[in-house]
Amino acid sequence: MTLSFEDFSPGRFGTFGPRHVTREEVLAFAAEYDPQPMHLDEEAASRSMLGGLSASGWHLCSIMMRMMFDGFIGRTASLGSPGVNELRWLAPLRPGDDITLDVDIAEARVSKSRPQTGIVTLRGVARNAAGQQLCEMISPVIVKRRADVASGQAG
Amino acid sequence: MPFFEDMEIGQRREVGSFTFTADAIKAFAAQFDPQRFHLDEEAGRQSLFGGLAASGWHVGSVCMKLLVADGQHQAREAAARGEPVAVWGPSPGFRELRWIRPVLAGDTISFASEIESLRVSEKRPQWGIVQARHSGTNQRGEAVYSLQATAFVPRRNAHS
Repeated sequence: MTLSFEDFSPGRFGTFGPRHVTREEVLAFAAEYDPQPMHLDEEAASRSMLGGLSASGWHLCSIMMRMMFDGFIGRTASLGSPGVNELRWLAPLRPGDDITLDVDIAEARVSKSRPQTGIVTLRGVARNAAGQQLCEMISPVIVKRRADVASGQAG
Repeated sequence: MPFFEDMEIGQRREVGSFTFTADAIKAFAAQFDPQRFHLDEEAGRQSLFGGLAASGWHVGSVCMKLLVADGQHQAREAAARGEPVAVWGPSPGFRELRWIRPVLAGDTISFASEIESLRVSEKRPQWGIVQARHSGTNQRGEAVYSLQATAFVPRRNAHS
């Protein structure tokens, strides 16, 4: 069943994962998009502020996106996202770790400019296997309203 | 890469451009963001985007790629002049990321970075904290991407 705007109400939405992250994929993403020594070179990384090899923050964001797709976005009438209000990288993602993603709905409101849609603001928190928070992201997503509900109010 | 002391508010650098081919858009999307409007031309045309559109995370990752390449280019120039090379630290995050317009297959996006604020870290005084506005503009001069990034940059005379 496809999820519509009406299926998102403020509060805890769900927990997704775990998703295992291999060393190979950490190095592959870093080589392509973020080839800084702290993401590619064990020795240089051990001397960095992060104290060891860690995944690019953009890799973690992209993995969180995929976890949300697999968890619910893939069966949601999503029209895309206008952006990310705030994103914090709280601790390094290490190769070999397992990510769990908690998603809360921070806000859900009907769009003024497109009344057939609503804006669902998600708060996602990624944790590692030890439960440590790695990343917090607050991002709005545009979701279609159920046709019967939207036409009743718009008409 | 520059040290904290080399930076001034308002400094702007053009960091390079990237053409988002249909193949690159689909490859990234297949791995990280397989929504249909990022994978299929027809689904893209029928979406709000009006064409096969790059995942926003692809756009952000490409901006990072060009920022790193530009920083490494500056580091090589500094090394060639016999100057010390700054190794940048990690980022604690960003704010106000806006995917302003879709990036469609064939678009060439030029990215720039402008420094907005500079302060010394209280907890780690050998580091400066830089806030910069990263932005992306397409081949028609339309803004497509913007975010306010924060990063740790080393201070020149604080080797520890």
